[in-house]
Amino acid sequence: MASRVVMPKLSDTMEEGRILRWLKHEGDTIETGQALAEVETDKATVEMEAYTSGTIRKLISTEGQFVKVGDLIAIIGAPGEDVSALLPAAGAPAPAAEMTPSAAPAPAAAAQAPQAAPSPAAGPPAATGRSLKASPLALRMAAEAGLDLGRLQGTGPQGRVIKRDIEAALAQAPAAAPASQPAPQRARSLSLVAARESGPESQDVELSPVRRTIAKRLVQSKGPVPHFYLTIDVAMDRVWDAYKALRDQKSSISINDIIVKAAALALRQHPEINASFAGDHVKVYSRVHIGMAVALEDGLITPVLRDADLKPLEEISEEARSLAERARAKKLQPNEYTGATFSISNLGMMGIEEFSAIINPPEAAILAVGAVRQVPVIVDGAVTVGWRMKATLSVDHRVADGAAGARFLQTLRKFLEHPLLMA
Amino acid sequence: MALITYRDALNQALREELRRDPTVFLMGEEVGVYQGAYKVSKGLLQEFGPQRIVDTPITEEGFAGVGVGAAMAGLRPIIEMMTWNFSLVAIDQIVNGAAKMLYMSGGQFKIPMVFRGPGGAAHQLAAQHSQSLEAWYASVPGLKVVAPSTPYDAKGLLKSAIRDDDPVIFMEGETLYGSKGEVPDEEYTIPLGVTDVKRRGTDVTVVAWSKMVTVALKAAETLAAEGISCEVIDPRTLRPLDDGPILESVRKTNRCVILEEGWPYAGVSAQIAYQVQQGAFGDLDAPIARVTGLDVPMPYAKNLEHMVMPSPARLIAAVREVLYLD
Repeated sequence: MASRVVMPKLSDTMEEGRILRWLKHEGDTIETGQALAEVETDKATVEMEAYTSGTIRKLISTEGQFVKVGDLIAIIGAPGEDVSALLPAAGAPAPAAEMTPSAAPAPAAAAQAPQAAPSPAAGPPAATGRSLKASPLALRMAAEAGLDLGRLQGTGPQGRVIKRDIEAALAQAPAAAPASQPAPQRARSLSLVAARESGPESQDVELSPVRRTIAKRLVQSKGPVPHFYLTIDVAMDRVWDAYKALRDQKSSISINDIIVKAAALALRQHPEINASFAGDHVKVYSRVHIGMAVALEDGLITPVLRDADLKPLEEISEEARSLAERARAKKLQPNEYTGATFSISNLGMMGIEEFSAIINPPEAAILAVGAVRQVPVIVDGAVTVGWRMKATLSVDHRVADGAAGARFLQTLRKFLEHPLLMA
Repeated sequence: MALITYRDALNQALREELRRDPTVFLMGEEVGVYQGAYKVSKGLLQEFGPQRIVDTPITEEGFAGVGVGAAMAGLRPIIEMMTWNFSLVAIDQIVNGAAKMLYMSGGQFKIPMVFRGPGGAAHQLAAQHSQSLEAWYASVPGLKVVAPSTPYDAKGLLKSAIRDDDPVIFMEGETLYGSKGEVPDEEYTIPLGVTDVKRRGTDVTVVAWSKMVTVALKAAETLAAEGISCEVIDPRTLRPLDDGPILESVRKTNRCVILEEGWPYAGVSAQIAYQVQQGAFGDLDAPIARVTGLDVPMPYAKNLEHMVMPSPARLIAAVREVLYLD
């Protein structure tokens, strides 16, 4: 696995360093701790050590060049490994090629005039209050209404989105009122939802040094979200029986509805999976909002079943159907497809036996549900016919480890194999 | 309620406090025999005698220092600056003496005194005699700074300033002396550090003090005819600043314009703008605007003087800008 070598901060006040001399050449091997280059800082000339072992694949900075702290100077990897992805984008000029603004080709100038150091023009243009794309009030109103600011045309100076633009957007699309829903059945879950609404939305859990390192290391391997996958085989006989019985009673509750409910309850018991990675901490959500992937003709969208752990099956079923229908008709409001804390993708009805799903950031996990199928199973030493389903959990390794994911899956299986536990 | 001038309201406050407390005395240039350069101390020499109404030579630094000493010795001096422009020769006594004495004496000497006099531009008094120095004094820990806009506020605040145990910079508006307003017949005081709403409105918050309140109210009247409702807020005391009512207003209107007669750079309006964005950032729909005196010494020529001073027209333009109307 190739890694980037950047200009390290070798003193408290160092902002840039000058590569005086490379001590290794491209193709040389290097060990962690071996000197890679002589670097002149604002304080002294020091030897810069490699933080990783491997082969020097590319020396990007030239001797004598000033490089800003954090900028790429070399790549260390395995011989023959493709490192092109780590190189500066082809379009952007390599730092070494930074010349005078007049495009006059003066190849010697750069080498002879090392004082022509980092161009301050490299940064973004100085921001002024006028360059904001939305007023603070508009930002807050959009967040509260679940509006996607990017979709709004601002009428303020330089297209700034302001209060009147939000008001116009809200007037155009009044929040799709859940028209005349049967109420009484809802009362209990509504009061529970209200109680949870008054509590904190989430809790920030500090990262331990170990978790910090895991986060950093794994992003290097698969970024930006380092996935791992756990698959479990679930006996669905009882769910299948329950589903059939419900269907006979003309109920429209589906197997997927039961899985949503089971996953929501399992999340309640394993809040570490109902979380987000937030850079220097993990956000553990107080509420369980399940995003359910709905295939569209030209893509997919994940409408959100809020507080799924609190709602009875019938309500989940009704809401899921309504969300899915409106998703296919592209009539969802932005607040109906944002804010999930966990997602479920079910390709079982399309005959997929098992698969791995990609996490929907910033959620920490997604459950990929395969088909419920009849298979030969061994019970008490004898082969018999059973209903089985495979479910695969993808987990953000920065947030949780394999054992935590496995425990969640065990709880999920317990609920599905003993559906009465959900009541 | 009597309709009286700002000058007479101040005169009443001085008279009432001189009667109330024998340790109070007034000192300054022309305060006695001449009855005050602006007639604020009219009749006081006759009533209280030369021991308590003290005429001084033209020596601002000297009598400011005498005042600090008198305050340390237990009296309650009121030091009149003929105008605040002249305080610049006394500023060492004010900033290094009055403001710091309580701190540097470890709490042994309180300085219960008032420095008062007219501030701001009048008409064609030119660069040296037209300055608004509230930002200078408001930046000093240890001082309180008051700048009333109406006869009612002037009287109630001056009485509180005289009774206050800390040095108070009391800046009167030179062109406000003749303005009239209703003042209760019975005694009253207004506590320092309490912001007042001068006009209720819903569309934009306009902050102004001293004679800029007049400018703000005039602009608000014009804007009301266009259907724009301004809320005019007068902090009255610039240090300590009571920003609660300002923030409350901005949370309602989502926009704020601050008016200041003085210079723009590091002005009191800059401080207020900072506090508004800190306290009500998520409620702002437009950048906070300031309308101030221009960044130049005051010109003598009448037409240029008008260009430098904040006017209702400039305020109206700023209000329209924060309302995204142009």
